Amino acid sequence: MQKKISNLPFSGTPEQEEKLKAVIARHKNEKGSIMPCLQEAQEIYGYLPVEVQTMIAKGLEVPLEEVFGVSTFYSQFSLTPKGKYNVSVCLGTACYVKGAAAVLEQITKNLGIQPEECTADGLFSLTACRCIGACGLAPVMTINDEVYGRLVPEDVDGILEKYKSGNA
Amino acid sequence: MYRSNVLVCGGTGCTSSNSELIIQRLKEEIKAQGLEKEVNVIRTGCFGLCALGPIMIIYPEGSFYSMVKPEDIPEIVEEHLLKGRIVKRLLYQETVVDDQAVKSLNETPFYSKQKRIALRNCGVINPENIDEYIAVDGYKALGKVLTEMTPQEVIDVMKASGLRGRGGAGFPTGLKWSFAAANAADQKYVCCNADEGDPGAFMDRSILEGDPHVVLESMAIAGYAIGASQGYIYIRAEYPIAVKRLQIAIDQAHEYGLLGKDIFGTGFDFDISLRLGAGAFVCGEETALMTSIEGKRGEPRPRPPFPALKGLFQKPTILNNVETWANVTQIILNGPEWFRSIGTERSAGTKVFALGGKIKHTGLVEVPMGTTLREIVEEIGGGVPDGHTFKAAQTGGPSGGCIPASEMDVKIDYDNLTAIGAMMGSGGMIVMDDTACMVDIAKFFLEFTVDESCGKCTPCRVGTRRLLEILNKITSGNGTLEDIDRMEELCYYLKENSLCALGQTAPNPVLSTLKYFRDEYIAHVTEKRCPAGVCKALTNYVIDPEKCRGCTLCARNCPVGAISGSVKVPHVIDTQKCIKCGACMEKCKFDAISKR
Repeated sequence: MQKKISNLPFSGTPEQEEKLKAVIARHKNEKGSIMPCLQEAQEIYGYLPVEVQTMIAKGLEVPLEEVFGVSTFYSQFSLTPKGKYNVSVCLGTACYVKGAAAVLEQITKNLGIQPEECTADGLFSLTACRCIGACGLAPVMTINDEVYGRLVPEDVDGILEKYKSGNA
Repeated sequence: MYRSNVLVCGGTGCTSSNSELIIQRLKEEIKAQGLEKEVNVIRTGCFGLCALGPIMIIYPEGSFYSMVKPEDIPEIVEEHLLKGRIVKRLLYQETVVDDQAVKSLNETPFYSKQKRIALRNCGVINPENIDEYIAVDGYKALGKVLTEMTPQEVIDVMKASGLRGRGGAGFPTGLKWSFAAANAADQKYVCCNADEGDPGAFMDRSILEGDPHVVLESMAIAGYAIGASQGYIYIRAEYPIAVKRLQIAIDQAHEYGLLGKDIFGTGFDFDISLRLGAGAFVCGEETALMTSIEGKRGEPRPRPPFPALKGLFQKPTILNNVETWANVTQIILNGPEWFRSIGTERSAGTKVFALGGKIKHTGLVEVPMGTTLREIVEEIGGGVPDGHTFKAAQTGGPSGGCIPASEMDVKIDYDNLTAIGAMMGSGGMIVMDDTACMVDIAKFFLEFTVDESCGKCTPCRVGTRRLLEILNKITSGNGTLEDIDRMEELCYYLKENSLCALGQTAPNPVLSTLKYFRDEYIAHVTEKRCPAGVCKALTNYVIDPEKCRGCTLCARNCPVGAISGSVKVPHVIDTQKCIKCGACMEKCKFDAISKR
């Protein structure tokens, strides 16, 4: 999968860096340590900017190319920051044949961002995800852990408004 | 002893439509009525009828309540549980015969044609309680194997049963085990493929959520048969409920001594670890899955050597998918002859399908092999809704193909599906009606495989992209007849030259739609027309002047001002300005706007 690089600048804190160093130290001598390091780094920073991947590569003494190879391979690893609310639209087959593309289009219109991007105020990020298995409710989107099913494009503005106005 | 048991579905489908809140309200309301010593609330796995979720069954009556809302709970508790009066308006209407009688769920069209082996405990037991699994003969098969059978006998039973891998390819399970058993090594591994990546498939997830112990027990049986002491379950991180229940099941099995050292005091050791996938479709391919467990980019490896010789960490390994594992214990307990008596000559047993798309009863169904598509779609699935007609069913996800209406009476098994250009796949079955454009569907799957191609081998990495480019050219109205021929040629090249099954099967959606719906491709390139009206570049909205009353509603709703006309005079759409959003067609009260 082709991945987008973050459209926002890196803003890591010294506390986060301390935590990351501890993670690297813990995994350093394990076999196949890149994946667990990336997984935990993503928990610390919320995403994997190239600055963080560079720290992991130096810490594990492996080429950055190898770290980047793993982080770009798996779709769970995000190279762009997530908003306070992550809107995820399922584009699995069941949702697709029931009109998920039109729902996604309405969301990009409303938020002014494309999939894999984050709004400048950090409130929303958008992803087009693989099947989440709630095919009985197709088409489906999730906002953080909340699931919205049987959607039509007209529902989108109302649902997003709840989050914008802080009533979610 | 409880007087009543209330079973509430806790599968992903029902949880997404708020079944957790329903369980919470039920408990509160039952307590408020002072019934907590008489009524037991149990969270189960998936019942299968996801379209009608959230679902609840109350025993001993067997009342099947569907689409339950939290606000219905006080009525159910007071009327049904307290006063013993079934709340008719909330029952699944297919179970209501008339005012007086209610029939059993198993007599409804959705369930009567099903035979549940792999799903037998889903929606029946509490998956987070090992005692309930043991009560339905759980771990009895493992006990039988360890105390009464030799490893060779176990393999012989599996071979005789005719069980074939339910992950898609249909390789005989017993044969796979015998290869790994024959290779001597200091360490061997048993793996479970729970990386259910086909969009629209959720059989494995439902088994893991509804009956996690069956997978652990069957893996231990295989460990004994091939001489392995360690198992891995590779599961998608997108399935949080399944991950949680598997972890609970593993912990409980340890506590009971059913996993770990010296199981049943026989000296047999077996343990299982979970490995979370990070979202890569190719990791469903067996060698890629093993590379990923090793912590690397999940790229496939050339075979041979096959995993039975050099698999995970270069040791002999067997890998089976979740549904395959769910059959193993039943074969051991009931014997291979019993299993062979179900299904067809060359495909024994049952198959679980995840029905989705344009069908009335979306959900999970398990039918004997040899059931026809017509029975699944029309009888069990309740047919295509909203007055539309059935066009095709897509099986096997991005690796599979389409079954058109003309092949609806083919008996579904591995060989018949392959013969008509589709494939069994893991069991996703998406129903499409007359509003689907088959070129667009082929494009949808190619977009998926382009995204998910790992890039290791050139035929797949470059070939899928070229295929997608040609499809884009066709759907945007720039295709030629030569493009269709070139595309077909490229498909066969990809099939023959790709490293793994992802690339080898990626052209299937194109080839099968070309086989059965070639006229649609031709309409796209010669007439520049999309017959289903899906491909935007080829679709124009037009107003029928005979039907238009000049009410101005469409003009007022057009976001780009492309519709002109005065009151009570037929309106006209300017196709240059039109962005084809379809808002006018939706708003028109006189059915005067159509797509051409």
